[in-house]
Amino acid sequence: MNAPLMILPMAQPVPEGAGEFRLPSKDQPVVLGTVMTKVGEVPRIGSDLHWADKRGHYLVRWNIGRDHFTVDPGLYGMGEPINDSPVLVTANYKLSFDLLRRTMGDKSCWILVLDTKGINVWCAAGKGTFGTEELIDRIKASRLQDVVSHRKLIVPQLGATGVAAFEIKKFSGFSVTYGPVMLQDLPAFLDNDCKATTKMRIKEFPLHERLVLIPVEIMQALQQGLPIILFFLLLAGFVGDGPFLQAAVSHGLPPSLALLTGIAAGTIAVPLLLPWIPGRAFSVKGGLCGLVLFALLFTSTVFGMDYSLLAKSSWLLITLAVSSWFGMAFTGASTYTSLNGVKKEMLRAMPVQFIFIVSGTGLWAASLWLA
Amino acid sequence: MTEFHYLEDVVTLECDQNKCIGCSMCTVVCPHGVFIIKDKKAVMAARNLCMECGACMRNCPTGAITVEAGEGCVRGIINELLGIEGPCC
Repeated sequence: MNAPLMILPMAQPVPEGAGEFRLPSKDQPVVLGTVMTKVGEVPRIGSDLHWADKRGHYLVRWNIGRDHFTVDPGLYGMGEPINDSPVLVTANYKLSFDLLRRTMGDKSCWILVLDTKGINVWCAAGKGTFGTEELIDRIKASRLQDVVSHRKLIVPQLGATGVAAFEIKKFSGFSVTYGPVMLQDLPAFLDNDCKATTKMRIKEFPLHERLVLIPVEIMQALQQGLPIILFFLLLAGFVGDGPFLQAAVSHGLPPSLALLTGIAAGTIAVPLLLPWIPGRAFSVKGGLCGLVLFALLFTSTVFGMDYSLLAKSSWLLITLAVSSWFGMAFTGASTYTSLNGVKKEMLRAMPVQFIFIVSGTGLWAASLWLA
Repeated sequence: MTEFHYLEDVVTLECDQNKCIGCSMCTVVCPHGVFIIKDKKAVMAARNLCMECGACMRNCPTGAITVEAGEGCVRGIINELLGIEGPCC
């Protein structure tokens, strides 16, 4: 009798060249030299971050060059690794790689970098590129079994979304130990015989983590918002009363500021104040921030000027729609929202956001003609 | 305990007690402490904290855990609907 056919949940066609022997390029700024091993010269790296590294980190935090901020995948030697040094697995997003080597300091280890197309561990694990097959292929391609004497890998816990530990064991012989969620706990984890405390297993979302996300959120929001601002200014200039420039400023600037207020609420206030804003849905949190920010910025200034009630209410609608939308977009960067939760939220919030932005823009256009 | 709670009763996480062998892998990989081991079986002690990342399902050796896993990310969901491979993270 035939054995039942076993279908693996992750079964995919094996990529071309997978498992073929390959070490990372030595022609990279992070490579300091080489470590001689049984399989050849493995690139050696250190823990120091240089000015160029930090400049890159700063730029990617502003969403600049983030698509190409990578290191060559494969095996690296950190410090003075020997054949029983631990093997740490990470992604080939250079920010992840750099923070790992900085955290390891003077500890020696092997670092196995998976090809995640420059995406961080958690997001890549969600997409499957930081995954079981890639890890098995990378172990094979690096001839890891000939470099180290043990059969243990330390994989970041957040990589578990893409990596099945029992399959890695089955197909490569290496057993996976899941490291702590946060990199800063890694040295303590290693010193404690690779045992994590309960706290090390939980993903929190503290203020400093939310703060570093703000620039990317702003940049992405501006990409969507600037064309609309341009539209406001141009339409106001052409249709509004008076010379082009004067009309563009007097009629086009207020809705543009309303839109920017919405962006600021959704991309700055929401991340900053997340635990303290009422509501669970991010669209509600965004809308509330928009309302408060609008009240703070508009009521004592532009509202005192000679604008119609129609125009004033249109600005509020624009701020509410935009702040709610970008508040909701922050679910993608947050660490605790679920797929089905976000789908439910989108189904409820997007019709309201749509009605607000369309009626806001419509009322504003009407106020232009009526003026 | 976390200070963050998303929507209630929306997640698709299920755990089949009959298939569970009590290996406790789900308690290791879950970043929100959803599972505990009780009488040598995994129990969902905080199901509403689940973010459907799918780490537990992926690492369950007996397939006892099921969840519609994916990223709770507006941009990702829209890209998927439009069928484009856009950046999410």
